[in-house]
Amino acid sequence: MARFDYLEPHSVDEALGMLEKHGTAARLVAGSTDFLVRWRTGFWRPEVVVCMQHVPGLDRIDFNDDDGLSIGAMVTVQDIEQSDTVRARYPALAAGATAFAGVQVRNLATVVGNICNASPAGDTLPALLAHDAQCRIVSSSGERWLPLTEVFVGPGQTALAAGEIMTELRLPTPAPNSGGLYIKHSPRGAMDISAVGVASVVSIGPDGAFSSVRIALGAVAPTPMRAPGAEGRLVGQPPTDQNIAEAARLAAQAARPIADVRSGAEYRREIAQVLTERTLRHAAATAVGGATDFEDIRRLAVQTAW
Amino acid sequence: MKQPLTLTINGESRLMLVEPYYSLLDCLRDEAQLTGAKKGCDEGDCGACTVLMDGKPVTSCLILAHSAHDCDITTIEGLATVDGLSPVQKAFVEHGGLQCGFCIPGLIMSATGFLQANPDPTEEDVRFAIGGNLCRCTGYARVVEAVMAAAQEMREGR
Repeated sequence: MARFDYLEPHSVDEALGMLEKHGTAARLVAGSTDFLVRWRTGFWRPEVVVCMQHVPGLDRIDFNDDDGLSIGAMVTVQDIEQSDTVRARYPALAAGATAFAGVQVRNLATVVGNICNASPAGDTLPALLAHDAQCRIVSSSGERWLPLTEVFVGPGQTALAAGEIMTELRLPTPAPNSGGLYIKHSPRGAMDISAVGVASVVSIGPDGAFSSVRIALGAVAPTPMRAPGAEGRLVGQPPTDQNIAEAARLAAQAARPIADVRSGAEYRREIAQVLTERTLRHAAATAVGGATDFEDIRRLAVQTAW
Repeated sequence: MKQPLTLTINGESRLMLVEPYYSLLDCLRDEAQLTGAKKGCDEGDCGACTVLMDGKPVTSCLILAHSAHDCDITTIEGLATVDGLSPVQKAFVEHGGLQCGFCIPGLIMSATGFLQANPDPTEEDVRFAIGGNLCRCTGYARVVEAVMAAAQEMREGR
């Protein structure tokens, strides 16, 4: 068993110093929900664990119309699920949060940790992509902002360099007449890993056509992915059944699913198409028809295999 | 190497020597000798290890014990008082919401944390709240009945 030392910084600067000192021997953890599981299997073998839980100031959710939504690195998935602002303005993210594991894991796991873990199946990730999240990344030499689309580089791999820490997310304010939804497909209704997850966030313009469309797919490629071909098919078009079905077909075509214990590859592709269609229909309907109650979001967010 | 750790468990401050890799669950069971929280899967899937941390249900198998030093931990052993079982415990007994019992401490802790924040839930709210607790014996109907009954008792102040 590979032992490690436990370090507890009390500021981001102190954490950066620890990462600099210990280099690749250090592992940064937030909620730590992935860490111990992967350490027990021997998959992660750090010599030092740097735990961010006692760094103050990272647990804030802020919103204003100009800057949009700000999510600190220690904001938990449950904080997001319970946020009235998220439920009202970022419905796909509210759905992704409520589809995530169960209450007792959501109370620990952080949204930023879900990003940095970079699982292709992370349940908040398609919604964050569809809400166009931007990531604040700090290091001892300063800070940079990276679009979430550029963060995922492979299963479990991000564009963060050694010694960098993601401290905040920003989600721009949705345009007027926007709607969105995330749907997770899994065998079990809670505590399960998605076989497929799809988020769609759309805006409808004054002419009744889609003015913006973002579709993101989870668990059907080495990373969570946007589906630009499907998005482009819809922008400027009215939300007809035929247009939505065609976009869903394009999204499924763009997927590069693998077969594993949760699904065959072709099954994943088929489900990706179905979920894209369902999320787009719901997003388009609620963009003009008003927000969905959270009780309905949580009913829709997980659609199990049986 | 073991390091000193002071945890507040069921209202009592306890000083222990704990390895850095110990989960909160290992710490509770092996160091504090509180074996009510169960090690079902040890990977955050079954909910049998659920305890309350600052009033919120959490899977104690996923928590680095040392990270919990400022937190208030409540385990199933901390629910009963000199007056007897807690309303949730009583309701589980009265409604027969158990069979082998292994998952029950976790279910009761989930329900307790949930009802503290949501005193007047719908049955659907309860089902979502206990979604992270797996029972392999009996199913969930009586568990849900018990939680609904406990909610009513607590609202009526019994």
